[in-house]
Amino acid sequence: MQYMLLIYTDASREPAYGTKEFDAMMGGYFALNEKLKADGVLKSGEGLKGVETATSVRQREGKIETMDGPFAETKEYLGGYYVIDVPDLDAALKYAAQVPAVSHGTVEVRALQNYNPMDN
Amino acid sequence: MRNDRGRLIAALISRLRDFQLAEEALQEAAISALSHWGRAGLPASPQGWLLKVALRKAIDRLRGGARESRKAAELAHLVGEEADAGEPEMIPDQRLRLIFTCCHPALDPKSRVALTLRTLGGLATGEIARAFLDAEPTMGQRLSRAKAKISAAGIPFKVPDPEDLPDRLNSVLTVVYLIFNAGYTVGPSLDRDLCVEAIFLARMLALLQPGEAEVEGCLALLLITHARRDARLRNDETVALTDQDRTLWDKAMLAEGLGLLDTAMARRAPGPFQIKAAIAACQSQSPPDWPQIVALYAGLTRHEPTPVVRLNHAVALAEAGNPPAALAIFSALEAELADYQPYHAARAEYLSRSGQTTAALDAYDRAIALAASESDKAFLIRRRNRIPS
Repeated sequence: MQYMLLIYTDASREPAYGTKEFDAMMGGYFALNEKLKADGVLKSGEGLKGVETATSVRQREGKIETMDGPFAETKEYLGGYYVIDVPDLDAALKYAAQVPAVSHGTVEVRALQNYNPMDN
Repeated sequence: MRNDRGRLIAALISRLRDFQLAEEALQEAAISALSHWGRAGLPASPQGWLLKVALRKAIDRLRGGARESRKAAELAHLVGEEADAGEPEMIPDQRLRLIFTCCHPALDPKSRVALTLRTLGGLATGEIARAFLDAEPTMGQRLSRAKAKISAAGIPFKVPDPEDLPDRLNSVLTVVYLIFNAGYTVGPSLDRDLCVEAIFLARMLALLQPGEAEVEGCLALLLITHARRDARLRNDETVALTDQDRTLWDKAMLAEGLGLLDTAMARRAPGPFQIKAAIAACQSQSPPDWPQIVALYAGLTRHEPTPVVRLNHAVALAEAGNPPAALAIFSALEAELADYQPYHAARAEYLSRSGQTTAALDAYDRAIALAASESDKAFLIRRRNRIPS
């Protein structure tokens, strides 16, 4: 089963660039990337640029509206994600607990919709 | 009967991986059994017969739905041999895996309780709804959502890995304890006594996961508490533990609980349920060993630093001869426990003992307004009336 680990962080609580804590956090991500690859479960994963760079688009009454900013104003923003392929939720939760952001943010675990008719 | 249904539903879910389908198939098989057994007599293994017929009914249902046709074919292959083979003498007991699934931390706590009562206790949705003062459709929706999440989110049907076991076992035992507490609060007026359900579940866990100190501690806690059941009420009024008529206690049940607690503690793997059982054991002594209870609550606070545990710690401190320390803790808990009846009742008691009559009367009024049962209300009114005005 495929799961997306959505990494939500609060920039004000995240270690600042250039500090020891920041290096430790990045080291944690590199180690996790290697582990996910070595375990053969990693499908994809990316980090996102800051929420101040977000642009939102929607169509209302036939007209495209483009707005500066994220979909919703919250304290914690989506900062990156992994997609992993593991047997069940317990396995996904174990990997989620190893994402460095759990110490200052939240990792949401969601099963991916399966559109393959052969699997139904 | 409760054991049989639980084993059947667990066996069906383990093969079908679908809670709803398993329940519907078992229901249909039970209806078939009524007419078939009436004509042909009881089969050699009624359980085996029911499992076999329920599996066939499940496959039929899956074949009916086009979207699920591939799953039906797979299942038919998977369970085909089983469904066509002779009736098994004994169904392997899969209930341990089932209760870990029902009590998975990815489910909302209330849903864990409801799903456990539904699948392992065999309670009807309406019975569960009444026990938790919910409307039946609301509880029905809660159960459907939980069953849907188990399959959509891939919550596994298995005993957790050893490194996860302590936490997950605690989650299961917490559900059992919540069921017991619901029965304790509502009293035995329900059609199904939830205290008895909880003891049934704890016994099942002790049997299926033997040698676990916390499981034994939980069962001990329930037995020691339940042994006092007949002494808890007098003329529809709650009786404080120290005023109870001990001849009404169930001595065999109390002895079983105390014995289990000894077994658990000898394993040298302490945990919150063993501490709670030890507290219940100390309270059963006459007079209760309050200094020991204070020490146990201090230990429990390290496992569960909740306001309710801190309140109980304060009560033990007061009983052990330190009411000023207790009143200081009460003040610190005021905001968090503003709507918790036992908080106001305990505060009223110690305010009254320390001569603060007006404050005590106010606290009793608040406790009486919050009382969950008529018997608690009667008890509190009588305590209030004892204060000289």
